[in-house]
Amino acid sequence: MCLAVPGKILETTDLAAGRCAKVDFGGVSCQVQLDFVPEAQTGDYVLVHVGFAISKVAEDEAQRTYGLLRQLAQERPEGGTP
Amino acid sequence: MKYLDEYRDAGLARALAERIRRRVTRPWVLMEICGGQTHTIMRCGLPELLPSEIELVDGPGCPVCVTPLEIVDRAIEIAGRPGVIFVSYGDMLRVPGSRSDLFRVKAAGADVRIAYSPMEAVRIARENPHRPVVFFAIGFETTAPANAMAVRQAKREGLENFSVLVSHMLVPPAMRMILRSLANRVQAFIAPGHVCSVMGFREYEVLSAEFRVPIVVGGFEPVDLLESIAMLVDQLEDGRAGLENQYSRLVTRTGSAPARRIMEEVFEVTDRQWRGIGPIPASGYRLREAYTAFDAERLYGAGTIRAAEPPECIAARVMQGLKKPADCPAFATRCTPGHPLGASMVSSEGACAAYYAYRRHTAPEVPA
Repeated sequence: MCLAVPGKILETTDLAAGRCAKVDFGGVSCQVQLDFVPEAQTGDYVLVHVGFAISKVAEDEAQRTYGLLRQLAQERPEGGTP
Repeated sequence: MKYLDEYRDAGLARALAERIRRRVTRPWVLMEICGGQTHTIMRCGLPELLPSEIELVDGPGCPVCVTPLEIVDRAIEIAGRPGVIFVSYGDMLRVPGSRSDLFRVKAAGADVRIAYSPMEAVRIARENPHRPVVFFAIGFETTAPANAMAVRQAKREGLENFSVLVSHMLVPPAMRMILRSLANRVQAFIAPGHVCSVMGFREYEVLSAEFRVPIVVGGFEPVDLLESIAMLVDQLEDGRAGLENQYSRLVTRTGSAPARRIMEEVFEVTDRQWRGIGPIPASGYRLREAYTAFDAERLYGAGTIRAAEPPECIAARVMQGLKKPADCPAFATRCTPGHPLGASMVSSEGACAAYYAYRRHTAPEVPA
């Protein structure tokens, strides 16, 4: 139920019911409502749940935390082999 | 896909598991709250990757599993009424009620439809003005804003044929119930990242301070979960207890203000019954007075249907971290996805379903 998937906003439209976006999920695109993330713009990644974007991916935060993870993997005593 | 694939990297997962192994000195019991997290853990075999000191127990964060039997019975009763179009998230259809389930009602001729979004139910109501349309509004804080939007939209459009059967649950009261229990074994929590993307994590800071329990807001991919476990093990081994946010790419301290605003407008906090667990005070939502015209329980007089849980199902104890699915004598024998005794065996977030899909062929494990 709380399953939610990140996708990229391809374009936004203003409809009577609210602001909507066409969001791409790795080749499949869906119409998504942007009521809960009014700041989201074309090119942003948003987390989508039951037809609504519920959060916008903070790209700088994602890069920073992922960088720390990569660093950890490289610092493994045995070397980085999987 | 970006923001998914990199968090499924086997090298990163192994590096985190190694870090946990180096850090851990004694046994710890950790609970992942969300059933989506449980499924990632089982699908990716994370218990096998972790040192034996770490025991993961599966929390109550499966809305389908905690929706009380009597609400399922009320859904079945309403769906069977002549002319009704009953719209539900797909997960609820196989959930056993006292005597039937929504799939069987549908097979018997009722108009039961599956929707991906609550706005689809509103659209169905708009397109069928002469038929009553009832939407089964279940879920935690992640789903409540979307369901609230559907109710408000129906009100704005004056769709008098639309109503909702509400069974909304809140996560923090359930965690408080687990922590207060004398039988509690849980020493640290992975908080549900998607609930927190809406709600923020202030409520979890309060819980962490009140019970001196480490809590990490965690994501849903294997690397997210291993990093959350590493952060919790660091806190436990250091003797610290605080709130940390592993899922910072999607969760902020305050969450989404517009989402919380619409929830506040449409719903108010109420006591709720949790399937098998019992009543938990102030643990859910009901419609506010201004929206009672959309309350299916009132419209159909279904609020009086009561039901008792079959005693054989131990899912409620599984969801409190007291038992594992394989401890149940009925697991994979009298209780299977084809013939479930409880909701946990059929939900895509149920712990029993996860163990059945991924662990059924290994020996049942006995908690240390």
